[in-house]
Amino acid sequence: MTIRTQACAVSDTARGDTHPTIRQSGQREVFCGLTGIVWLHRKIQDAFFLVVGSRTCAHLIQSAAGVMIFAEPRFATAIMEEKDLAGLTDANAELDRIVTQLIERRPDIRLLFLVGSCPSEVIKLDLSRAALRLSQKFSPSVRILNYSGSGIETTFTQGEDACLASLVPVIPPMGASECSLLIVGSLADVVEDQFTRLFESLGIGPVEFLPPRKSTALPSVGPNTRFLLAQPFLADTARALEERGAQRLPAPFPLGVEGTTAWLAAAAQAWGVDPAVFEKVTQPYRARAQRALASYKRELAGRRIFLFPDSQLEIPLARFLSRELSMELIEVGTPYLHREHLAEELKMLPVGATLSEGQDVDLQLDRCRAARPDLVVCGLGLANPLEAEGITTKWSIELIFTPIQGYDQAADLAELFARPLVRRARLVA
Amino acid sequence: MQLTVWTYEGPPHVGAMRVATGMDGLHYVLHAPQGDTYADLLFTMIERRDKRPPVTYTTFSARDLGGDTAELFKNAAKDAYDRFKPEAMIVGASCTGSLIQDDPGGLARSLGLPIPVITVDLPAYQRKENWGAAETFYQLVRALAGPSAPAPGKRRPERSTGVRPTCNLLGPTALGFRHRDDIIEITALLAKLGIDVNVTAPMTATPADIARLGEADFNVVLYPEVAAQAASWLQRSFGQPFTKTVPIGVSATRQFIEEVAVLAGIDPAAVLKASASRLPWYSRSVDSTYLTGKRVFIFGDASHAVAAARVASDELGFKVVGLGTYSREFARDIRAAAELYGVEPLITDDYLEVEAKVQELQPELVLGTQMERHIAKRFGIPCAVISAPVHVQDFPARYAPQMGFEGSNVIFDTWVHPLMMGLEEHLLAMFKDDFEFKDGAQPSHLGAGHAVPQKQPAPETTIENVISVPAAIWAADAENELKKIPFFVRGKARRNTERFANENGVATITIETLYDAKAHYAR
Ligand code: SF4
Ligand code: SF4
Repeated sequence: MTIRTQACAVSDTARGDTHPTIRQSGQREVFCGLTGIVWLHRKIQDAFFLVVGSRTCAHLIQSAAGVMIFAEPRFATAIMEEKDLAGLTDANAELDRIVTQLIERRPDIRLLFLVGSCPSEVIKLDLSRAALRLSQKFSPSVRILNYSGSGIETTFTQGEDACLASLVPVIPPMGASECSLLIVGSLADVVEDQFTRLFESLGIGPVEFLPPRKSTALPSVGPNTRFLLAQPFLADTARALEERGAQRLPAPFPLGVEGTTAWLAAAAQAWGVDPAVFEKVTQPYRARAQRALASYKRELAGRRIFLFPDSQLEIPLARFLSRELSMELIEVGTPYLHREHLAEELKMLPVGATLSEGQDVDLQLDRCRAARPDLVVCGLGLANPLEAEGITTKWSIELIFTPIQGYDQAADLAELFARPLVRRARLVA
Repeated sequence: MQLTVWTYEGPPHVGAMRVATGMDGLHYVLHAPQGDTYADLLFTMIERRDKRPPVTYTTFSARDLGGDTAELFKNAAKDAYDRFKPEAMIVGASCTGSLIQDDPGGLARSLGLPIPVITVDLPAYQRKENWGAAETFYQLVRALAGPSAPAPGKRRPERSTGVRPTCNLLGPTALGFRHRDDIIEITALLAKLGIDVNVTAPMTATPADIARLGEADFNVVLYPEVAAQAASWLQRSFGQPFTKTVPIGVSATRQFIEEVAVLAGIDPAAVLKASASRLPWYSRSVDSTYLTGKRVFIFGDASHAVAAARVASDELGFKVVGLGTYSREFARDIRAAAELYGVEPLITDDYLEVEAKVQELQPELVLGTQMERHIAKRFGIPCAVISAPVHVQDFPARYAPQMGFEGSNVIFDTWVHPLMMGLEEHLLAMFKDDFEFKDGAQPSHLGAGHAVPQKQPAPETTIENVISVPAAIWAADAENELKKIPFFVRGKARRNTERFANENGVATITIETLYDAKAHYAR
């Protein structure tokens, strides 16, 4: 059976530590964890995110969101002012006032996250106590939780980790006789639905998702919960789930055909799915996805790529790009390298691929320019300046906002990398 | 604390970035956590700049807080100097940076760098972006031009005869609304008058240029939000007078020409005579009759809002029904202008308040910022942008100034274009019963981006309804009559009639009520 052999091949060659890793500390050019609110508030449809922060925090979310299609989105910032800094009593009273005002204005809200920021952390405004205090006032109609998305503690996608970890303690317990598969990490609804259908055909279930689409429909968790991480940046959430007795199924991440197959296979194995059944169910999907990938492979094979650290998706992406599209990896940056959760991924990365953890953006730009890559994956602050130097780029943030996981998105994911190259080739003027 | 959904202005250090990014040879070292680097994308994405802003962020983390963040700052400043070799450096802290009280200025000075290092202390919990830009520019001017100021009491030497008068253009920054093109337009206009531009700053200037600001005869303040403070200091220190008129619109441009002529001691007659904008004629041509009394709501920074109100009222014949600004620092200017048009000034930086006002006033055109563009879109009201904050499409590829005579042409086109074209409006009314004319169709020139006017705004969830729920009931014949009214005014007719009915205690709206209301609200 294909999958099993692949899995064996992987574990036979213990390549885990054969990647030189650059570690530098200097200016990091990354968003903070507040950014996660941009996609989380769309995902959990009855939740509201109230950042307790400064004008900078409000401006960051607004700039990262880019489009202001909603008059009143389900997020806002309580901007601290001079007097809030002076006395914490006042700050707490102010926070209570704002939350009350907000809940009156938005009766549709069932779950409110108080989101900490750098300023609230530095002045030690205790949002967990505030959440407790306010919960007493507003329960049962509104549940109030807190987490920190501050830039001094979290990088970009770690905001989602902090948010989901804050949900874990309120997830209801599951009876000892029940079991379930929990998919952890936000995925686009369309991707969730595809996976739900696949698990159903494989006879795996019941399957639940964290975050849920509605806060009133939380999954449950217990010692018979097995969970698969759908995203590579969920260290704290995974730990919190393990503390509740759940067990993580080690797997690579569901990017590309290979990643998706191995990810599904991890669940199939735990559920004792007959390998022949697994083969039969996944084969048509794999074939279709591979067909779709073929033309992009022609475009991308042999091209040299450099990834700046951004979302922690970089290593799984690099694995997909090198193994399924034959791209050559120059440097794979990640803001943070969680060796345990990425163990399966690291085994699959080509030997000798250079990793970098953390960042000194100026030095990294020097390396990037010297390497003259065909394609650079980087944040919005760097993309146009690099393009102006003649280096083709792909904005990393699109990889977070676009559905890229699963079989039917594998080609879409490849296309994201091919498009900038195709475009550059087309333009004559 | 202030509950905020969308903000008009960023924090004050973003204002400092706008100054630094507009300049050449200046570097900004900012004590800030990693997330604050988002501000780079404002410049690289929205303004499509091809270089990173000249800003080094220390990106301290929680781990550093226990240790030595001061050392981190010093290293960052040192590395930035070594790498970028700037002519001068500004140093400061973002909102979080200021809480840890590391004294960036003192730390940077202790490095003994061989360049001027200027501290910009921006109170992040009190002030906002425009204030930050103004303060930064002022500190730069004081520090760099200050040393060449004449001794107090000494007057600047008279310009010798035969030498062309010179001035500085003050205020343009990176990310400014049309600053790039206004500079070109005003420089050309001044050249026609025989006046040379000594320095344009902050945009395009180097620290060395700032140092020689004092050499000009006077200053032109293009954007008071950024340059007013620096200009008054230059007046006090160098005896340079400065202009008060912002040259937006034909009459303001003419007034500006007269003002600079006096300051430069030249005769403007020839230039005034030759000055040509198409706006006055386009506005007088018969097609424009339909513009008469169009109800317009204006919101933006104070200078642009006041200028827009003047153009709207005096040069296009619109009726200003609302006027406001988000910059409290300039509230006084808006209040004075609002009095002129007999409207209530709206001074707020709460986006929802502006939205409620637009909903209440139901203007036919909104002139505002990017925020008002969204508000207007939701209500299906035509809109044009007149002020920052702006978005990527407000940095057009073509030359599109707001100032001077060409600016007036641009304004005519961009404000009138979203409105119904005069003839087309009549034709629509004439043919509305034609079977081929589908009710709700939109004028051909309005792109797909313009929503067909909606009866109800469609925000994500309910906004508090500022208009009271109608108590009156529509009789069937009145409802039918209402349908005969062209769709683009129907919403207004319905609201007016209901308001009229409610105010007059009419329980059932009949055809008569409809026309009574029409007569009542006739202008
Ligand atoms: S819709 Fe237009 S104005 Fe609004 S954020 Fe997008 S580009 Fe900017
Ligand atoms: S890095 Fe900190 S201060 Fe900056 S936006 Fe993020 S949470 Fe706010």
